[in-house]
Amino acid sequence: MLIDERLEVETPEGAMLSLSLAGPVPRALAYAIDLAIRLVIYGALAAVFAALGKAGMGLLLIMAFVLEWFYPTLFEAFRHGQTPGKKAMGLVVVHANGSPLSFNGSLIRNLLRTADAFPLFYLLGFICTLISPRYQRLGDMAANTLVVHIEETPQIQEQAQGDTLAPDWSLSRDDQLALLAFHERHDRFSEARQQELAQLAYPELAPALALQRLNAVSRYLVQGPT
Amino acid sequence: MKQARFEQQYRPEWQALERQLEQLESLHVSKKNKLTLDTFVTDYRKLCHQLARARERGYSVQLQQFLNNLVLRAHRQLYRYNPSLADRIGTFIASGFPQAVRRQWRWHLVSALAFVLSMALVWVLVHQQPEMIYTVVDEASITNLESMYQPENQADMKNERSGDDDVMMFGHYIQNNIGIAFRTFASGLLLGVGALVVMLFNGSFFGAAAGHLINVGAQEPFFTFVIAHGAPELTAIVLAGGAGLRLGWAIIAPGPWSRLDALRLAAKDALPTMYGVFALLLLAAFIEAFWSPRDLAPTIKYSVGAACWGLLYLYLFFGGRDGTRKG
Repeated sequence: MLIDERLEVETPEGAMLSLSLAGPVPRALAYAIDLAIRLVIYGALAAVFAALGKAGMGLLLIMAFVLEWFYPTLFEAFRHGQTPGKKAMGLVVVHANGSPLSFNGSLIRNLLRTADAFPLFYLLGFICTLISPRYQRLGDMAANTLVVHIEETPQIQEQAQGDTLAPDWSLSRDDQLALLAFHERHDRFSEARQQELAQLAYPELAPALALQRLNAVSRYLVQGPT
Repeated sequence: MKQARFEQQYRPEWQALERQLEQLESLHVSKKNKLTLDTFVTDYRKLCHQLARARERGYSVQLQQFLNNLVLRAHRQLYRYNPSLADRIGTFIASGFPQAVRRQWRWHLVSALAFVLSMALVWVLVHQQPEMIYTVVDEASITNLESMYQPENQADMKNERSGDDDVMMFGHYIQNNIGIAFRTFASGLLLGVGALVVMLFNGSFFGAAAGHLINVGAQEPFFTFVIAHGAPELTAIVLAGGAGLRLGWAIIAPGPWSRLDALRLAAKDALPTMYGVFALLLLAAFIEAFWSPRDLAPTIKYSVGAACWGLLYLYLFFGGRDGTRKG
């Protein structure tokens, strides 16, 4: 879970969605990948159409037009808001309310690319993403869209078995969240570090005992009394 | 309820919803494995409640994250964009486009005035003082213009021109003109300056070309060539400029809205015009590539050209007037 730059949106059902906004760097990388793909496609088409003489030239110009203006629009509108470059970088374009990108939204944000690219190398768009609290370039502002990270969905762990112990203090919600986070992530720390953390909760106990006590309390929070 | 019981109780529902989601997200589903999606909406609503409860009761961050992502995926599928293209294109051409143009007539008027006035000014100047052309247009372009429309060169060109040339020019017009129109629209976002500059520049260039070609006696090949496709092409460029000005004005004078909201509204308002501009320029490229270079009597070309202008403006002024949605 990325901690930075989260945006909370409320769905019509009243659930709060939490989106993770993408900054200029991953977006620029995604753009570079798309650019490379477009150049390769253009090169391949040029080689094929060269054999067709002047009519081929005309078709090539039409393809160049389509690649320049409609490559991002068509991919974003019909592939769940992702161009191949965005897919590679794990990005997706959505409307500001978290709903999937519509064709109109995609067209607006991509038609206005020229304004973002002004005067050179997307300078204006880059400045806009830095100023905007939601990392939007001009096209995003006009279309009311966001570029967000797709997050890995964590697997729900099987619950560990063991004895449980009710906490001997009145537990606040923050305490509960901290203990549950410790419970889920303790196997990523070394034994010594776990003991060190456990001693923050039980300074009066020996390290090994403190950890045992803390594990029992956090298991109680997950499972209840056994 | 403790977290473990919560997970145990609802996990089957989450797994069922995940299977439905996988089917909705994939592009091809074999008929044999197809699930019914009757319960998708109710399942989704239940999931929303479960996420809210998990947050309220302070269940672990990992569980919240899992539910959040599941809600996100389902939300995306439920509110997915669902096109029914043929219908929409039909209504758009029948009424949507002319209504959208008339709704923003002020901007299109400003854009058209910028184009027409600069054209008239330069035209008259070049006509009065033929050497003025050298201050407006560079020499290479003048040579180019003259070689395209001089009567003696015209005869050679028409004999040589084949179907392949037509296709090549068709591609060129699409790539060049539609690109210009889209860029004009986008550059309107820069406080309207970009769109206005494009209008003034194109107006002056067209005026200069027309004035100069009359001076050198090449008016007939020039006007018989441009009159037909000029109707959709010039109109489309002016409309793209007007739509761009609308965007720029939203930023300069947003009125009762915040600048961001004003821009959003303007873009939404201007988009139908841009769809129409795209269609008009496709039409223009088609006429320019396949009709305009045909060597026919000037009377035929002028009457077809006049018909193009007349029909187009009848359509823009009166199209979709008696529809239920007022423009």
